[in-house]
Amino acid sequence: MARRDVAIVATAQRPNEVGSTLTSVELILPVINDVITKVGIERQKIGFWCHGSCDYMSGQPFSFVAAVDAIGAWPPIVESHVEGDGALALYEAWVKIQTGECDVALVFSNGKTTSGPIDRILNLQADPYMVTPLWPGFDSLAALQARACLDAGVLSEADMAEVAARSYRDALNNPIAYAKENVTAEQLLARPYTTAPLRAHDCGVPVDGANAIILAAGDAARGLAGRPAWIRGIDHRIDTQRLGARSMVESSSAAIAAANAGAGDDRIDIAELHAPYTHQEILLRRAMNLGEGTHVNPSGGALVSNPAMAAGLARFAEAAESVFSGSADRVLAHCTSGPMLQQNLVCVMEGD
Amino acid sequence: MSEADGIMRLRQPISVTYNWSAGPNATSHLNGLLDGTLVGKRCPGCSLVYFPPRNGVCPKCARILGEDVVVGPRGTITTFCVVNVPFLGQKIKLPYVAAQILLDGADISMQHLIQECEATDVRIGMRVEPVWKDRSEWGPSLENITHFRPTGEPDRDMGVEAGAS
Repeated sequence: MARRDVAIVATAQRPNEVGSTLTSVELILPVINDVITKVGIERQKIGFWCHGSCDYMSGQPFSFVAAVDAIGAWPPIVESHVEGDGALALYEAWVKIQTGECDVALVFSNGKTTSGPIDRILNLQADPYMVTPLWPGFDSLAALQARACLDAGVLSEADMAEVAARSYRDALNNPIAYAKENVTAEQLLARPYTTAPLRAHDCGVPVDGANAIILAAGDAARGLAGRPAWIRGIDHRIDTQRLGARSMVESSSAAIAAANAGAGDDRIDIAELHAPYTHQEILLRRAMNLGEGTHVNPSGGALVSNPAMAAGLARFAEAAESVFSGSADRVLAHCTSGPMLQQNLVCVMEGD
Repeated sequence: MSEADGIMRLRQPISVTYNWSAGPNATSHLNGLLDGTLVGKRCPGCSLVYFPPRNGVCPKCARILGEDVVVGPRGTITTFCVVNVPFLGQKIKLPYVAAQILLDGADISMQHLIQECEATDVRIGMRVEPVWKDRSEWGPSLENITHFRPTGEPDRDMGVEAGAS
């Protein structure tokens, strides 16, 4: 079966904040209405709705079902939910469009990351037999990975601080970024460790956020956007859940996903990498062979605003917007999930 | 045999504390319950009155709900179920009736218990009213109402044929 051309045609994100008093449904509803308004499509023309979120974050089983209230599901709709980042929901929607069952899909995600101890909650993504019962904390797992990288000499603490300084400075130009600061790597290195060898700036800032994206196929995409961001390749790969059985100093799943998505076929202008920790951005850049010509995370990335379960889809939104505006022609969007970059989804998009 | 060889099971208790937000739209509903008033919300799109106001949005119109509307306290049974099966954690003596109750002025029903009558007497269209806990026990919760009981008013015609199952 020939692959259908599918593009992102619109995005909407709400400003990231800390301590939101809205419900998840109240967070989602405005971004869904926003993204629909941007393309002026009738709701009935949206053939598939796909949602990414995590029930453990709200502490309520099946709380994702309530999100259907934000859709306006009358007359009845076709929808699905992914217990994970919205970017994984986007992948499901892309597959749905490939099947020919619909031409237009709306993907959305939300994360009220600050309503609970996210470092502890995310343990539930780890291997439930050997790792989760120990409740090591995601920051601690990332710190182990960073330590292994430092010991192996694949990166330095100064390299990590450089990633943070660039992200915090780039965030000054992003109105919806939460943390932003005109700061140098030297200044950051003078700050204390939080989970050694990680400092506060090495860890993505947990925030509350929501976002939505509309995907469309072929002529439908051309009718909805001036310059759609065409998906040229998309691939999702997973490393073993056994943390001791994989290399901590490289990301083989990210490398395979990037190769299969065609990242190396031509230059990449902008790469939005979902790296909740500074050393992970370095591992990802290396796995994907991203060179000097690629601007990584001009939005500031997940380091400056990390709405868990929405931070990956936010990368897709940022990358697509740079194609819409013409500031980039060929872009890469990435999402990770699980401890220590266990899962990696890579998507390459181009403007016409 | 070392001490570790004897470890067959490890207990690792864990707790997670959340800050749960009712959200601005459910707040007037919950505050209403604090003084015994049943407050719903009207959708600015379709005008339906939601009690409780769900997540603060109209699921039909995808709009944030609008004005507060005081509903009830009396209502009508729209459907019901006689519970005869014992289950773990059951607090109420069998048989009992769980019913959907459409409060006067509301457009969606809510589920609650029917007590103070025989389960066999409960029927669609029956008029009921809430029985409240002692005021000293009230909180921002529908649990302020222990159950509903028949008012004795004539049944409301719910468009269901007599004897229909």
